[in-house]
Order: sequence, then structure tokens, then C-alpha cells
Amino acid sequence: MEGSVNVIGYGLAAIGPGIGVALIFAAWITATARQPESAGITRPMLFMGFALVEVLALFGLVLAFAVGGGN
Amino acid sequence: MTDSAIVLAEGESHFPPGIHSFDFADWFSGLTGTALAHVFTTITLGVWLTVAILVVFFLWAYRKPQIVPTKKQWMAESAYGFIRNTVAIDLMGKKDGVRFAPYLATLFLFIVLMNFWAIVPGIQISPNAHIAFPLMLAVLSWIMYVWVGIKTHGLVKWLKITVVPPGAPLFIYPLLIPIEILQNIILRPVTLALRLFANMFAGHLILLVFILGGFEMLNSSNFFIQGLSIFSFGMGIAMTMFELIVILLQAYVFTLLTGMYIQGSLAEEH
Repeated sequence: MEGSVNVIGYGLAAIGPGIGVALIFAAWITATARQPESAGITRPMLFMGFALVEVLALFGLVLAFAVGGGN
Repeated sequence: MTDSAIVLAEGESHFPPGIHSFDFADWFSGLTGTALAHVFTTITLGVWLTVAILVVFFLWAYRKPQIVPTKKQWMAESAYGFIRNTVAIDLMGKKDGVRFAPYLATLFLFIVLMNFWAIVPGIQISPNAHIAFPLMLAVLSWIMYVWVGIKTHGLVKWLKITVVPPGAPLFIYPLLIPIEILQNIILRPVTLALRLFANMFAGHLILLVFILGGFEMLNSSNFFIQGLSIFSFGMGIAMTMFELIVILLQAYVFTLLTGMYIQGSLAEEH
């Protein structure tokens, strides 16, 4: 079998941000369902939280390439 | 020439795509090694085309502005108005929002077009898949919000607003202030650049995996594996659609975060 162990590491690293992004969107959907007119007010916060959590997964992706020779 | 086109022309397998897939050869091989190396590549073509399209389109659309907008004027106005209303004014209020709308709208449209090269046939790589371009944009945004903060409040007060969170007990400040400095002054441009870069990088890599994988299967000696390559190409098309969402979302997120940072520099408390 060929491949890089880094990819397994990236898979593990993506679990946390995956759950985090899911929680953020779930919370926003709940908030919007309860109070539809608040959607516009909470949307910047949604994307802000989403972006902050998502970047963790992306760190993992970049490091999977950066650490380990980069081929 | 795109990476996949080179692979096909050479007839050899580059299958597991990696960092080497992002290296682009000079168009004129005589330039390699000189001062002009890496000046004429597909990447720089994307950047120049982006700038040209933006400048020419907006000059052309706004050459003879009318009260009842023409079709092209409407397109330009709705592109600008989208960022002006949903990002700038929503975040900063009417006065400051209108003040910063031109920067934010330019940023958004520039990033959208730059990212869009990721799914344009024949180019199929975004210049933003190289860290240099997102980093430059992030540094611009960093200079913007630092400059705005210092201009509005003066250096000392801006630093106080940015790195000293109000309402915490005194003994926790030695711990809190370094974290805030790291987060608000150093890590903000890094994450801004890295988010855009990594998304474009991952998008290009995923497209390469499915499309090059499809060719790899097609080259197989097994008839069934050749037949199954259609699923790989199908996934390539599906992922191109997914890329379209990522392109727009990442440009929006970059603009939104820049707007938030500028707003944080303008505000009295954070």
C-alpha cells in the first residue's frame, strides 16, 4: 500500500472542526426557525464562527502537505 | 498549458497529485533562471486578466451613467451594491459603511474573479492557490484596519481597545493581553490568507484527484476499471459545481472578516 500517513492525521484533525461547523449551522438554523427576522442580524456571526472553526481544518490540510517533505 | 494538459501531452502518469501539481512552467523556456522567470505563466495570466476585466468592465459600465440604469450599469451597480448593503452598511452603519464600501467591493470582486479561474476550462487553477496572492490581500486588509484604528483613536487608545478586553479581573490580564495581541494583531492576517489559500489549494487538488484519476483508470488494462472511470469524471464535474460554491463563499467570508476587523478598529469598545 502506498500513500502518506499525513492524510490519516488530516482525517483525524478534521473531526473536530467538522463537528464545530455542524454545531454552528445547527444553532443558526434553530435561531432562524424561532425568529426568522433575526436571520440578517445573525448571518455575519454565522459566517464569522464558521470561518474561524473551518480554518482549523484547513490548518490540518496545509500542515499535512507542509510537514513531511511535500511531494 | 495546464497541469493536466501537460500530463496528457507527456503521456506519463502524474497520478497522485501533490505540491508539484502547482508548479507552473514558464511559457518561454529561455526566461527560466533569468530575472524574468515566473513572470509569464498561467498564474500571472490569471492575475492580469482579473485586473483587466475588473477595470475595463467598470469603466465601460459606468461610462455614461443614467438615472434609469442600462443593463450593464445595473450589473455593475448590483455587484457593488451587494457588498455595500449586505457587508459594509450592515456592519459599520450608514456613514462608515459607505466610506469603506469601495475597498470592500473591490476586494470581493477581485477575489471572486481570481478564484473563478479555478473552474474556467483551460486555466483551471486559481492564482489564489499560491499563498503569495492571498497573503498580499491579507496584508492589505491588515494595513487597512491598523491604519483606520490608529487614525480614529491614536496609537495608544487603539492598542487599548484592541488588546485589552474590558471587564476582566486584574490578575488575569498578564495572561489575556498576550493572547489578544497574538489573536488580534498577528494571527488575523495569517488566518485570513491561509483560509483563502487552503480552500483554493484543496479545491484544485480535489479536481486533480478525480480528473487525473479518471485518466489513470482509462489507461488501465482492465476493461472494467476503464468503464468505471466515468464515475471519476462524474465526480470531477460534481466537484466543479461544489467549487463554485466555495469560490463565492470564500470571497464573501474574506470580505466580511475584513469588514469586521475595520469595524472593530472604528468602534469604541470591542
